[in-house]
This record gives sequence, C-alpha cells and structure tokens, in this order.
Amino acid sequence: MNTIAQLRRILHQCRTIAVVGLSAEWHRPSFFAAKYMQSHGYRVVPVNPRYAVSGAEILGEKVYADLDQIPFAVDMVDVFRRTEDVLPIAQQAIAIGAQCLWQQIGVMNPEADQLARAASMDTVMDRCVKIEHARLFGGLNWVGVNTGVISARRPIT
Amino acid sequence: MADHQFQPETLAIHAGQVPDRATGARALPIYQSTSFVFDSADHAASLFNLQTFGNVYSRLSNPTVAALEERVAALEGGRAAVAAASGMASEAMALMTILQQGDHVVAAGALYGGSVTMLAVSLKRFGIETSFVDATRPEAFAAAMRPNTRAVFAESLGNPSLTVLDIAAVAEVAHAHGVPLVVDNTVPSPFLCNPIRLGADIVVHSATKYLGGHGTTLAGVLVESGKFPWDNGQFPGMTEPSPGYHGVKFFETFGDFAFCMRARMEVLRVYGSTLSPTAAWQILQGVESLHVRMERHCTNARKVAQFLQADARVGWVNYPGLADHPQYALVQKQMRSVDGAPGASGLLAFGVKGGTEAGNRFIEAAQFMSHVANIGDTRTLIIHPASTTHRQLDSQQQLDAGVLPDMVRMSVGIEHIDDILWDIDQALAAAAR
Repeated sequence: MNTIAQLRRILHQCRTIAVVGLSAEWHRPSFFAAKYMQSHGYRVVPVNPRYAVSGAEILGEKVYADLDQIPFAVDMVDVFRRTEDVLPIAQQAIAIGAQCLWQQIGVMNPEADQLARAASMDTVMDRCVKIEHARLFGGLNWVGVNTGVISARRPIT
Repeated sequence: MADHQFQPETLAIHAGQVPDRATGARALPIYQSTSFVFDSADHAASLFNLQTFGNVYSRLSNPTVAALEERVAALEGGRAAVAAASGMASEAMALMTILQQGDHVVAAGALYGGSVTMLAVSLKRFGIETSFVDATRPEAFAAAMRPNTRAVFAESLGNPSLTVLDIAAVAEVAHAHGVPLVVDNTVPSPFLCNPIRLGADIVVHSATKYLGGHGTTLAGVLVESGKFPWDNGQFPGMTEPSPGYHGVKFFETFGDFAFCMRARMEVLRVYGSTLSPTAAWQILQGVESLHVRMERHCTNARKVAQFLQADARVGWVNYPGLADHPQYALVQKQMRSVDGAPGASGLLAFGVKGGTEAGNRFIEAAQFMSHVANIGDTRTLIIHPASTTHRQLDSQQQLDAGVLPDMVRMSVGIEHIDDILWDIDQALAAAAR
C-alpha cells in the first residue's frame, strides 16, 4: 500500500508519463486519465502499437509502438493493459530507466511490481493516476470523494 | 508504512476541509456562487466531458457542499457522497439512480412515514413496486425477493418503531440476489453505527437530524461504499453508455465512486434537489460536535428510558438501549458503546397509561419539551406519531411501521437530565389527572 506521502512524492517527481495502452477514443478511461494529466502540466507519451503508424498522434503527442522506441527520458510508465501483459512492460520500463511503474485500477501484476522494486523503482498497483492526482492535489474532493486527506496546511500544487 | 487512521471524533472536525487554497482561511468558507469560471474553452470542454474535476454550476457541485459530502463519506467509512436538499431528496436520489420502470424493491415495513409514501405511492406511479416486510426478520427479506428486485431498503434503527436491522444478515440476502442494500442511517448517525462496515452498499441520511443536530437546517446525504459490483449484469445504467451524459460508461470510467458520479450527473443535475452552500455550512457546524452531542443524547435517553420504565403511570417503554429490548444483543453488536452500554441514540417511544388521550395531555402539559415533527435536535422533542408524522398511513400501515395508537415518540435532547426528568414527571402528573 502506498502512503499519501509516497504518492505525493511520485506525482511531484515524475513529469513525463508514458501511457501504455492509451486509447485514441475520447470516452475511454485511458484517454480521460491522459487528458487530465496533460492538462495538469504533465507530458503524456502515448504507447500503443495499434495506433503507432507513421505520424500518428493522440492528444497532440506522437504515438510509439513500444517504450524502447521513445527517444527521450520517461519518468513514469503508466500501464493500461491486462495484468498478464505487464511483466514485459516492467522489463522495458527498467531498461529505459523509468523511475516509477504504475499499474492502473484493476491491473495488479505482483511479479512485475517486485521486478521494478528490485530495480529501485517506485511502484503503484491497482490505482488510477488521475484519481490519485485529483485526490491529493485537489479536484476529487469537489465531487464528494473521501480523499483521506487530513491536514492543517494550505494545499500547494 | 501505512497512512494514519483517524478516529471519528477527528474526522467529524477535519475530514473534507483543509485550509482554503486561495486565502488560507482555516474555517470553511461559504462559496455562495451559482457558477464558476472556465480557464479556457478546452477546460470547459474537459469539465463537461468529466475528464477533469472542477466546479461548473452549484446545482451539480459546490466547494462548501463538497466539504459536507466528503466529511459524511469519511464518517461512514464510505468512498464518496452526494448531498441533497433534504433527507427525502437523498433517499429519492439513491433510489432513482438504482431503479427503473419495472423494477421491484424489498423494503422494511418499519420505516419513516415519508419513506413508506415514497415507495408505496410515488415510485409506484412510475412503475416501481415495493414489498414491505418485517424489518426484524432477514428471512422475510429473502422470501420477498423477485427476479426483478433491484434494491433492498431499510432503516438501521427504525423511526419511530425503534426496530433494529440486522445489517450484515440483510446485506447477505441482498448480495445473494446481486442487488445493493440501501440503509437509512439517520437515527444512529454515523457516530453510533456504520452500515457500510457491516455490509451495506449505500447509506442515506437526513442530515437535518443528528448530523446538523440543532433543528435549524434541512439537508440530506447519500454515501456509497465503493464496493458494490455494478457490472454484475443487473444495472445497465451503470455499465452501458449513458444517453443522458453523451455516452459515458459510469462504472468503467469512475470505478468505486461511479454510483455517486451517476447520482450527481443523472439525478441531481436533472431533478435539481441541490443543497445550498449556506445550508451545507450550517450542517457542518453541527457535524463538528456530533460525537460530543451523541454521547450526551445516548446517556440522557438511557436515563429517561429507565425512569419511564420504573414509573407506574407509563404502560410500556421501547428503547433499544434497554437490556430487555428484544434486539438488545444486536444493538450491542452494531452500535458504538457509550459509557459502557450500547449507544442507542436519543430516540425512544412509550405509552402513557390512559391511551391516546392521556398521551395528548402529556404532550400538551410539557413545559420545555417541544411538540414538533422533528428528531435529533439539541432540545428534547415529543410527538404523537399516529396523528401527525404517520397520519397519511392507514391503521394497518401504521402498525406495520411500528406506530401504536398510544405511542409518544421522544427525541431526548442534551439539556440537563434532571430537568428533562422533571418535565416528564410533571407532564405525566398532568396526563393522569
């Protein structure tokens, strides 16, 4: 289980997020999450072989077929794929030097999680990056969600 | 390492409200604004698409109201909450989010009169049938389930029958049929009982009562557990593209707070039973002292119940905190302990010897106990339910709801116990004359 302090640190440090399995369809959860993170100042890098034809873009960013084709550093690898598909993605995430392996809600591959941890990466499982950002940095409270945040400090984004 | 788990007394004061981002205000500001500016056309589009969280228009959400929502969600151990203009509005919102034409509800018979009317009359007009069953028998709920049953509805502590729902057992019945258990937890308040921890899926409150606690302001809240499997094939409104919200699939998109998002976007937004920011602020002032008040309500009510039980002018007393209450063991299991005995709220009922007329004389002779149709006030309140709150029900429905002809309902306040007992004593003397 990640604490609030750990999640805040991860979301502060990671500014470039490769979203593996990002859909180009606006009503899909992966698109919701990526659009949200982009509008909160993160660089989103779409990774999806389905859309990775020459020149293809999602949310104005070039789509890559694989993590190892991204020609710049990636901080977080955010996985919108089936649990059984995560292990090779974790191996690639380690290979490209990412700092965090984040498995989305419903995605829980403990083997991949262990592997990334053994490589000194931060790991998160079964959570949505958008929902955690909105929970800890504001927004989710406006729709009545129990954020678990108890604090006498003024929130700083 | 895990996050520190805060106690209800701390949540009652802090949950849902950190110092104001813009001004640093420590107490909750009242955001008395109908609408909120968009930063750009794209921001507006994202908000309407629900791709980002933010405020648009106070019929849908408001930062002051949201603080109340989050606080009650935290106190109930739930995932999320939506406030409404009254307890009835929150109950209607919960049921209208779950149900559609042709569905069936299994409900406790011992319900607040307004809830009986909503189910038996109002929702029936829209093609939703309800079977009422004995709230004290989980097997009666099981026997009434039909293939088209889509919700089970009951009160954790019946008003004014004071029957106690075996929440875990009835939740099991509901879940065996793949439907949610909706519990009205108004009378215990979240301080004394948390239905979600016992298996309930949705909790509704009249926050007008103990949550607000001062008899000033109407409000309601619904809370979801975040644990119900809405994708079990019985709730297409939760899983299919929403025709009312341009194709969003609520459960897929919002997961464990999808019910509240759908209640907000498809019921609150459309029917408009919104709580005002000022009212939410007033309720929250009350919530901050919920734990202190509830302890005193419970200890005072216990002493009143014992006093009445020992008084020859009184025919019978019904208080779930008395050891001879038929469901005392369940009360001990489900309710928080207050001063070494189960906290059974401030609500009790009794019969004055001499029947309805003596009961009415008792009510009219009270000096500071107030004759009003409310409960959960700092003040001690009394009423004759058969001729007031449950007047719209026929005599059989009244009996089903636990309303006896000679019943006086008392909501014991937090005045000094000696003064409350004095007023009861002098009113009983007047009733006996």
